[in-house]
Amino acid sequence: MTQRVWRRVVLWIVCAGPVVANAQSTPEHATAPIDQWSMLFVFVLATFVGLGVIVRVSRLLHTPLMSITNAISAIAVVGSIIVTGSDYPRNIRILGAIALFASMTNIVSGFLITERMLKMFKTTGEGGKK
Amino acid sequence: MTHAIVQLAYLAATVLFVLSLSWMSHPRTARRSVRAGVAAMLLAVVATWIQPEIINDGWIILAIIAGFVVGVPLSRVPLTAVPQRTALSHAFGGLAAGLVGTAKYYLWSSESPEELTTFRMIAIVTEVILGFLTLTGSLMAAGKLQEVKWIPQRPVTYPGQNFINLGLLVIAVAIGAVLVFQPLGPWSHLMFPAIIALALAFGVLLVIPIGGADMPTVISILNSYAGLSAVAMGFVLDNKLLITAGALDGSSGLILSIIMCRAMNRSFANVLFGAFGKVQARAATGEEKIYKPETIEGAAQVLEQASLVVIVPGYGMAVAQAQHRVHELAEQLRKRGITVKFAIHPVAGRMPGHMNVLLAEANVPYSDLVEMDDINADMSQCDVALVIGANDVVNPAARYDKSSPIYGMPIIDADKAKTIYAIKRSKNPGFAGIDNELYFNDKTFMLFGDAKAVVGELVKQLSGGGGH
Repeated sequence: MTQRVWRRVVLWIVCAGPVVANAQSTPEHATAPIDQWSMLFVFVLATFVGLGVIVRVSRLLHTPLMSITNAISAIAVVGSIIVTGSDYPRNIRILGAIALFASMTNIVSGFLITERMLKMFKTTGEGGKK
Repeated sequence: MTHAIVQLAYLAATVLFVLSLSWMSHPRTARRSVRAGVAAMLLAVVATWIQPEIINDGWIILAIIAGFVVGVPLSRVPLTAVPQRTALSHAFGGLAAGLVGTAKYYLWSSESPEELTTFRMIAIVTEVILGFLTLTGSLMAAGKLQEVKWIPQRPVTYPGQNFINLGLLVIAVAIGAVLVFQPLGPWSHLMFPAIIALALAFGVLLVIPIGGADMPTVISILNSYAGLSAVAMGFVLDNKLLITAGALDGSSGLILSIIMCRAMNRSFANVLFGAFGKVQARAATGEEKIYKPETIEGAAQVLEQASLVVIVPGYGMAVAQAQHRVHELAEQLRKRGITVKFAIHPVAGRMPGHMNVLLAEANVPYSDLVEMDDINADMSQCDVALVIGANDVVNPAARYDKSSPIYGMPIIDADKAKTIYAIKRSKNPGFAGIDNELYFNDKTFMLFGDAKAVVGELVKQLSGGGGH
């Protein structure tokens, strides 16, 4: 069963990988034109990968799923670090620092609480009195 | 060189995020998903930080420490408070997206206006609207779930509500459209804050008319918005990792919303604009019906004779903190060779999957938690259905009463069991404010009292009164 999951994941990566990699070969300098089309491609493909993966998530785990996706969507931390740490005017960096704080809170609490909840799920063998 | 390393790290993080979510497909592999997620996040943070343009480390370190200081206690909340915590974290996600969008807009408009291309402006406007409406919408949802005093629990409605709400959104989008084509037009310094204000107001007004019973759906939708605002940030910053991770979150929220809506037989539009729970006044005027009370001893005797007992838990069980007693009861029955199953309705609890977590905390093995569709096939063989703090999810009116607000909602067929016991604190209607026909069924007997106390008494009766 796990093998099947693995095979699927590998398949997806093989399909989506080149697109992502291609898209990322564009240099990210401020002067370069933004590659908007490849970003849209990445978005649409990632959404399909997401739908495919999430549909298979056990219904038992929907609450931990939501808390782990909370943590994952706190990937906004990347943007916050750029805004906070770059050589920008002070006011802009204050906005970035607040955003960084908010994202970091989500990362820390999201992963910790997911771990805490997942630890509680036991099979019949492990159940009962501790 | 750094560029290549950073992009490779981002790519690896993307792969790990996908793996992380695919491991959530089974409780056995799920623990791995947290490790994968943490590794991915570390990679992303370090890769971003080592870029040469990041020169102000002090502020970053301070903000990260502050995040830990707030985040650690937030992860220690009791499991009944997880829905609020989740809503709060959507709010933080929305805030982060909104602030980064705002920061980028002001940065580019003052320093390099040529960066504000049409595409980027569309992304910024989307990011800011989604981010800030998620912020206030989620704060309202968290407030309702936490039962904060000054936030009304019951849906707040007024005439023309949907018209006003949609009107606000349309105005925000219209102003956004003007900004997209004229990012530095004469009024832009007023228009950008106006968009923020409208998005903030829209978030509040969007959630105010939504009642407690719809919170699982609302949380899922806001989850999706938080993800999509991260995607928009990715478009603004030209960063594919943000786009992929945001899209994963967005699709997760979307699927959970669909599951929740199906579990209540309602559409998105109906949840957002239908103001569930308005119809309650009607239920109160109905004729007096008679409950048939049962004693603990009587119930214990019938339970002992059963061969299949199905426990239907609802949020009321968690409010009464009765999970551990319920687990003890299940163990007592099992000792006598009685099969015990837990019937889990998709909207039991206050967020998707909430009931499973609450029972798992009480050491109920997950193999005993049975989904609605699977348990309904067995309900005709069930000797005793024990309804603990559940209400709407077992109300047979959902099947035939077209005037009922829950008409069409799939339910757990507790009424098909040979005997039904319902534990109920008082004679008031439940969370959605609807009278429950199950309680007046010929086969139904009521055990009035606090769920924890009643189940505790049952356990005592079963362990003390004969059997050993």
